Amino acid sequence: MKVKLELADVYKSFGDFTIRNVNLQVLEGEYFVVLGPSGAGKTLLLQVIAGIYRPDRGRIIIDSADVTNTPPEKRNVGYVPQNYALFPHLNVRENIEYGLKVRRLDSGEIEKRVREVADKLGIRHLLGRDVKTLSGGEAQRVALARALVIQPRLLLLDEPLAAVDPVLRWELRDFLKSIREKFNTTVIHVTHDFSEALALADRIAVMNKGEIVQVGPPHEIFYEPKSEFVAWFTRAGNVFKGYAEPKGPGVSVVSLGPFDIVVKGNYKGPVTVMFRPEYAVVAREKLESSARNEIEGVIKDYVDEGALVLLKVSCGGVTVKAYVTKVSFQELGLKPGEKVYLYVKASQVHVIR
Amino acid sequence: MTMRANLVIFPIIGSIIVLFLLIPIVICLGLGAPHVTEVFHDREAVKALYLSLHAGLTSSLLITLSGVPLAYSFSRRKTTVTKVVESLLEIPLALPHSVAGIMVLVAYNSRAPIGSLLARLGLVIEDSYWGIVFAMAFVSAPIFITTMRAGFDSVDVELENVARTLGASGLETFFTVSLPLALRHLVAGFVLSFARGISEVGAVMIVAYYPKVAAVLVIERFLGYGLSAAMSLSAALALISLVIFVALRLVTKRGG
Repeated sequence: MKVKLELADVYKSFGDFTIRNVNLQVLEGEYFVVLGPSGAGKTLLLQVIAGIYRPDRGRIIIDSADVTNTPPEKRNVGYVPQNYALFPHLNVRENIEYGLKVRRLDSGEIEKRVREVADKLGIRHLLGRDVKTLSGGEAQRVALARALVIQPRLLLLDEPLAAVDPVLRWELRDFLKSIREKFNTTVIHVTHDFSEALALADRIAVMNKGEIVQVGPPHEIFYEPKSEFVAWFTRAGNVFKGYAEPKGPGVSVVSLGPFDIVVKGNYKGPVTVMFRPEYAVVAREKLESSARNEIEGVIKDYVDEGALVLLKVSCGGVTVKAYVTKVSFQELGLKPGEKVYLYVKASQVHVIR
Repeated sequence: MTMRANLVIFPIIGSIIVLFLLIPIVICLGLGAPHVTEVFHDREAVKALYLSLHAGLTSSLLITLSGVPLAYSFSRRKTTVTKVVESLLEIPLALPHSVAGIMVLVAYNSRAPIGSLLARLGLVIEDSYWGIVFAMAFVSAPIFITTMRAGFDSVDVELENVARTLGASGLETFFTVSLPLALRHLVAGFVLSFARGISEVGAVMIVAYYPKVAAVLVIERFLGYGLSAAMSLSAALALISLVIFVALRLVTKRGG
């Protein structure tokens, strides 16, 4: 697939924010999510891509052309900031027309393109409205329309769902997903919400303290984090430090103190192991299963999350988290103080070096 | 409730200031108003009023033309240097106005280095129209710059960023986004600096006693002929200021 955007060794310091040594490739048509905590430099990264700030070092390449020193107005990149930044002195139609008017398009063409984008985004009825009267969801669509009407090479979205009511968020998530197909564009979406990233991304770049710490498809980020930070930030749940010893071909044992865990691969020395709570199977009785790790423990506490219940199981002093469905939780009669067995497949335990 | 009851003393104290400020305005307008029309028959007064307004407008226009880009730079480039320059520019506000006049005269009189250059361009400030404009501009420019900068500060930089990504150049962005959104501040700054300019006496008297502006004429009449002689012109000036004040309130209230 064609590379749409490439960042090579990009450094930028601005105010309290810094981005360091950023190397990225975003493919044509990709929905690319940059995930990281606030203060990681995600917004600054978008602004550097948009050309609002020039990097201190490094190169930015869009469609194989070096645009490092190209001003934003010559990049043709759509930018939707977190607060949407609709022009308050212009109405909805004038906001959407802005980019076409500065391009000096004739009025017939402007009218045609505004109508087209408004229809695709379902905001035709809003065109005459004062932007100050729009709801959060409406304002977002207008901001998207304004960015998309110029037929940008890239669409940059900064925390597009952060300002939206949590109930609307699911709906808008699907809506954002549909944008890429409808407009045939490449999207770079910045967020601190890992479930948002999981739902939308083709690939995710995790950012921390100005650096990209891992890039990959969602399942890789979530199940094979390369660092404790990524594991922590994606709420990996069970992250333990231990000591590994090889045991047979392609298998190692990691001693965590109170219990051992068998993992795949040959490891020796101090390691961090991780497995997500949904990978732990909970049983009241011992199961006959040699292929799995067995951990014995006592339920310490639980959190009812609606469809799922998160158990916190004390296993010789180490707390292991495990998800059970609401139904199993009730049928197994689980409650604090009860003894349980947890089963985890070796292949589902990920070793972070 | 008890908190409020305790503080009932506050508006009582406050009303003293209200009366202190309003009584002279009301009395002057009351006594002078019947005679305001006399001003129209008073050639000297009409000339002085016209001169005040004319020089005030020129001064405010010059301040606006140079102050808008300056205020924008202050607002968008908050470096130590700009902050220092910004506070230096507020010095004229703290000076006694006579001192401000002395400074303008010392710096720009036609025998001083810069003044002689200006004089070659026809800008002689001693006892001239341009002297009035210079004195007015010196004392009122800081007001315009402060107001205008606050206006640009209130414009979200992301609006400008978005405009740029949509294809507008820096200058286009300034004229289609930044300036329209700070327009009320521009008008307010213009009106305030204009009001400040036409009310200036001290600095104007020192740089250019002649030609006489209205505020200077009020002093001359008061010193030469007494209170009643200064009344009608004072009332006329007060009315003009009042009109400006109301206009300003209307401008700043709309959409505020």
